[in-house]
Amino acid sequence: MSREGDELSTGGVSVPILNASGCLDALTAPGVAQSLDAFVTKTVTPLAREGNPPPRIAETDEWMLNSIGLQNPGIDAWVEQSYPRLRELGVPLWVSVGGFSASDYAFVCERLDALEDVDVLELNLSCPNVDEAPETAAELTAAARAATSKRLYAKLSPALPDVAEAARAVANAGADGLSLVNTLRGLALDPATLRPRLALGPGGASGPALRPIALACIYACARAVELPIVGMGGIASGRDAVQFVAAGATALALGTILFGDPAAPGRVRAELAAEVTSRGYASAAEIRELARESASLSIASAE
Amino acid sequence: MRVDEAATREIFILGGREARRERLRVAGTEPVGPYSLLRLDRGGLEPGVPGQFFMLEAPGRLLPRPMSLCQAPAGELAFLMEPIGPGTRALCALRAGDAIHVLGPLGNGFDVDVERPLLVGGGIGIAPLPYLREALGDAPVLLGFRSEHHAEAACLLPGAEVAVEPRLVTDLLPTDPGDVLACGPEPMLEAMRARVPGAQLAWEAPMACGYGACYGCVVELSCRYVRVCIDGPVIRPPAPSAA
Repeated sequence: MSREGDELSTGGVSVPILNASGCLDALTAPGVAQSLDAFVTKTVTPLAREGNPPPRIAETDEWMLNSIGLQNPGIDAWVEQSYPRLRELGVPLWVSVGGFSASDYAFVCERLDALEDVDVLELNLSCPNVDEAPETAAELTAAARAATSKRLYAKLSPALPDVAEAARAVANAGADGLSLVNTLRGLALDPATLRPRLALGPGGASGPALRPIALACIYACARAVELPIVGMGGIASGRDAVQFVAAGATALALGTILFGDPAAPGRVRAELAAEVTSRGYASAAEIRELARESASLSIASAE
Repeated sequence: MRVDEAATREIFILGGREARRERLRVAGTEPVGPYSLLRLDRGGLEPGVPGQFFMLEAPGRLLPRPMSLCQAPAGELAFLMEPIGPGTRALCALRAGDAIHVLGPLGNGFDVDVERPLLVGGGIGIAPLPYLREALGDAPVLLGFRSEHHAEAACLLPGAEVAVEPRLVTDLLPTDPGDVLACGPEPMLEAMRARVPGAQLAWEAPMACGYGACYGCVVELSCRYVRVCIDGPVIRPPAPSAA
């Protein structure tokens, strides 16, 4: 599809479409996973995690909030039980890697390095629902880099003070790509009781309202590093998707939209193709290049 | 909001069960006490087994809402709902000719192969019982409501014994209740579980997706979190051990 991101090469009028980690279980919805160009697992951590007590989800007028808490069976059980079933689905497999220290990330990456049918490891850095590892994104990327030769995509938080600087740092630490963006930390209070609606208080905010924030991060990072970028954050249609491509994404991920529309992958793919062709282009890559050429404005003056 | 001329259908295997997603035309909305019965043209969707639910697009909201199937008249799917939040209020405001996306049927259902069924429902939890009773070919029904106005919904289950607060539906339980199939608020289900080990209990939980994708709808069962949408909503937990 372009000179970057050859692990997801499609070319043509669309771009690869993935799910956002945590927004799809391929084993309960295999057809939905198979409608994607790659499936991204829910984050796997060294040890099993039960996840947070309910309520885990809330909807506001503008956002969805989640506080799932990285419920997962742990890397050993994932390798033994989930991986054999996932590899049979015939869809490229990305594994989201999480932890609470650099050694956690290295541990999980090392276990995944041996698995033939794992294509890419996506490092879940700064999920709002767990305590952050003390190391920086670059340090965690470096630890993962040392533990595996698999492709590494660093998933960055939209709350970083300077996401472009973080992109440069993880690129220097060995990241092969970027996933932009994770959820924002948000809080919903019940209007009657004025108490948090989620059991643990704040959670990760997602949905269409995240789009301008995600677009700003993608725009900044695409101009800072020459890495492929999986763009995500509230994409619900081809109209949204083409803007993410124009901002600099080389692939896209669908998250919250999957909850209301499991047919979204095929729909967004077709809508994006229509957006590209209706503008007279032969490929989505041309739109990305056009936007980069026209970015003669400095980032500071783009506000 | 008018229905498209060409309805789009999608077929999925979700949790090992076949479900469809389609834009369905609203046939009508009728008040039932303080509740509303929303009737949709069925389109290509199957009603499924009693206890299964559907995810209904809630106009103007980000996420769909889970609703048990209440009745399955010919060519229709009917859902009983209470307008208590922005999603249910939007659904209760739908009128004939409107259209919404619907995904289902979802979840497991009640096991209707029982010898002595006794249906127990509380409040909006009575929603799956009319369809369940039809599948059983009749069965005794006990219902509980918080007010006489809410108890008007008992008209959906003719012949039911009804308790209105301060009387509770559990007060109506006979000493030998038989095979209980229950749906209602959590305290009612907990009381049923304590009184009738092995009762089939239809849990409910706030849901985002309804098909196992988000892990948002978990309840604690045997010291782990299970998804109500995939491993339920009908659960037969073991009786709680003596304190």
